[in-house]
Amino acid sequence: MPTDLYTELQWLPRPPQDFSAQVKAWTEVGGGAALRELASYALDLNQLTRLAKRMTAAVAGGADIQPLIPFRLAVISNATMDFILPALVASAARHGIALEIIQPAYDQVAQEALTPDSRVNAAKPNAVLFALDYRALPLKPTPGDSAAAANAVAGATGYLAALREGIQKNCGAACIFQTFAPAPETVFGSLDGALPGTMRWLLTEVNRALGEQVLATGDVLLDVAGIAETVGLASWHDPQMWNLGKFPCAESVIPLYADHVARVVAAIRGKSRKVLVLDLDNTVWGGVIGDDGLEGIRVAQGDAIGEAHLAVQRMALELRQRGIVLAVSSKNTDEVAREPFLKHPEMLLKLDHIAVFQANWNDKATNLQAIAEELSVGIDSLVFLDDNPVERGLVRRLLPQVAVPELPEDAAGYARTLAAAGYFEAIAFAGEDLKRADFYQDNAKRISLQKQVGGVDAYLASLEMTITFQPFDATGRARIVQLINKSNQYNLTTRRYTDPEVLVAEEDPAVFTLQVRLADIFGDNGMISVVICRPGVQEPGTWEIDTWLMSCRVLGRKVEHMVLNHLVEHARQRGIHTIVGTYIPTDRNKLVVDHYEKLGFARVSADDSGKTVWKLDVAEAKQETAPMKVVVGTNLSLEEADS
Amino acid sequence: MEQAAIYEKLTEIFQDLFDDDSIQATPELSAKDVEGWDSLAHIRLIITIEKAFKVKFSTTEISKLEKVGDLAALIQSRV
Repeated sequence: MPTDLYTELQWLPRPPQDFSAQVKAWTEVGGGAALRELASYALDLNQLTRLAKRMTAAVAGGADIQPLIPFRLAVISNATMDFILPALVASAARHGIALEIIQPAYDQVAQEALTPDSRVNAAKPNAVLFALDYRALPLKPTPGDSAAAANAVAGATGYLAALREGIQKNCGAACIFQTFAPAPETVFGSLDGALPGTMRWLLTEVNRALGEQVLATGDVLLDVAGIAETVGLASWHDPQMWNLGKFPCAESVIPLYADHVARVVAAIRGKSRKVLVLDLDNTVWGGVIGDDGLEGIRVAQGDAIGEAHLAVQRMALELRQRGIVLAVSSKNTDEVAREPFLKHPEMLLKLDHIAVFQANWNDKATNLQAIAEELSVGIDSLVFLDDNPVERGLVRRLLPQVAVPELPEDAAGYARTLAAAGYFEAIAFAGEDLKRADFYQDNAKRISLQKQVGGVDAYLASLEMTITFQPFDATGRARIVQLINKSNQYNLTTRRYTDPEVLVAEEDPAVFTLQVRLADIFGDNGMISVVICRPGVQEPGTWEIDTWLMSCRVLGRKVEHMVLNHLVEHARQRGIHTIVGTYIPTDRNKLVVDHYEKLGFARVSADDSGKTVWKLDVAEAKQETAPMKVVVGTNLSLEEADS
Repeated sequence: MEQAAIYEKLTEIFQDLFDDDSIQATPELSAKDVEGWDSLAHIRLIITIEKAFKVKFSTTEISKLEKVGDLAALIQSRV
């Protein structure tokens, strides 16, 4: 059945025969990485439950399951979630998250959200999932009565808004709301879709209003209605299961639902993939360019095989447009592999769209590593699309961090399978996303310019940079949250914050916040650095740098020096005499181990974990400037200042 | 399907679901004999059996099932 792709998670490899034994054999020595590998099979509900049980027992016993990232999720529901919760824990491991679930009593939705010391609010979770289905809403159908229908929608929407307000006020966690999947039963038939006041009409309107609420507040949307439509409402809603124990959906769709929850949780923590690496022969086009030649490959409109591969190209282009970086890894002679891009009139993908082009005879694992290095992204940012099961198996074995979708026999299913896997889940869309793929390519141009011109300063001057400093504001928040949650390399403390947490910092006058943008002759880089300073708890008149991160795209541009100058200036204005910086090592941020030393800070302490603390005497701070124009903005206006 | 084959398959399902290799599916086995066989586990057991034997039970049948003997008889009447 076509829906098996979704309900059976067919982009994931089938679990081995001895899966249960492997789960049993897992020990702490294998750590979180081994758990993630076990979770990365297409598991059914019983297998997910088994893995979750093992994980939960291990964590309760004090086991270390790094590098899985801890996340505390409260699940508030009007239905029985007992089958679903273990599936969430195991699915989250698949996405690199160690999920801890906070489960309040059954059907206590409003009480949990609105009571300040409720179980959920007292637990201070990172996020709250409102796992509500349509039966949770105060909705009474009034077919044909438009005014009553509008009131009902306003009432239901108001109820949802009150729930989020309750959580915001009482614990400040990020809220994840689900759209509502209507039941397949209709009253009038097709007319239900048009007539105000039918359940179907009401839920369409509530879902639309919920979407608006989510965009306006920075909450997170889980489009359950869309997922249910994809597999069919009749497959989603199982009346027997609802009657037997108030189970919100059919057992067969739980693995899919759980994977979708895990995707958005991972996206909140910045764990979505960033790069799509494409094989060429029989993936981007039909046939083998080295054997079939330019005239022999299938990539034409009107040819069923060609159309299937064009669909892959179209999807890659759409992903690129929203900021996913494209790369190529192909076993070919470079010149031969480039020929279709240059000469085939039907190719949608052009060389300009590809940030890194690796066509050679090395093994693909080596090439994928080279691609990650060239783009300055982690190997776990990559998705690798290849029709060849041998290549897929090799990459999975050598680089288990790379996502490698299983593909069906027929190329017609490639694009759909890639989309179904949901590797690039996004929880917000910032204007910068539109341009990101270009940035990486412009960077390659900048590097070649750097090779041409003489000294570094001459090169920097030739870039005609403009740097803009502003405190946090509503406009920048989505991008600020995105940077905080996905910057790994140039990140001193790797502290992750949700949208509501960033808002708290933004509104606290004692906290100094900074968003930095950079433009140059190649274009606008958008927001590239974020800093948060909090008043020192030990000593008045000091600042502690809670967060300092920067996009690696602007490495070597002396942006960090300019940011420090700006910090020092503000510190002086506010009577701060000392700025304290901390470096917390992770396996990704070695790049900034001597960040503070380079900026003239003096080391105060270091501990065994590699954590170091630094301080800067504001009065004695030297200011190293770089050739760029400085613009200082407030929330309301931008004014120019001399550099 | 042979009785013995049904019980053999049920034993496998019970052992896997309740994570206990010592469980043997016998006609008299019931919820009170198995740790973790509560009302929720009962539903999961039924769903697992439905999938394994490719059968579907009605709500009435599910609520009447008390011991493994009932289950095996019901399965045998279907497959």
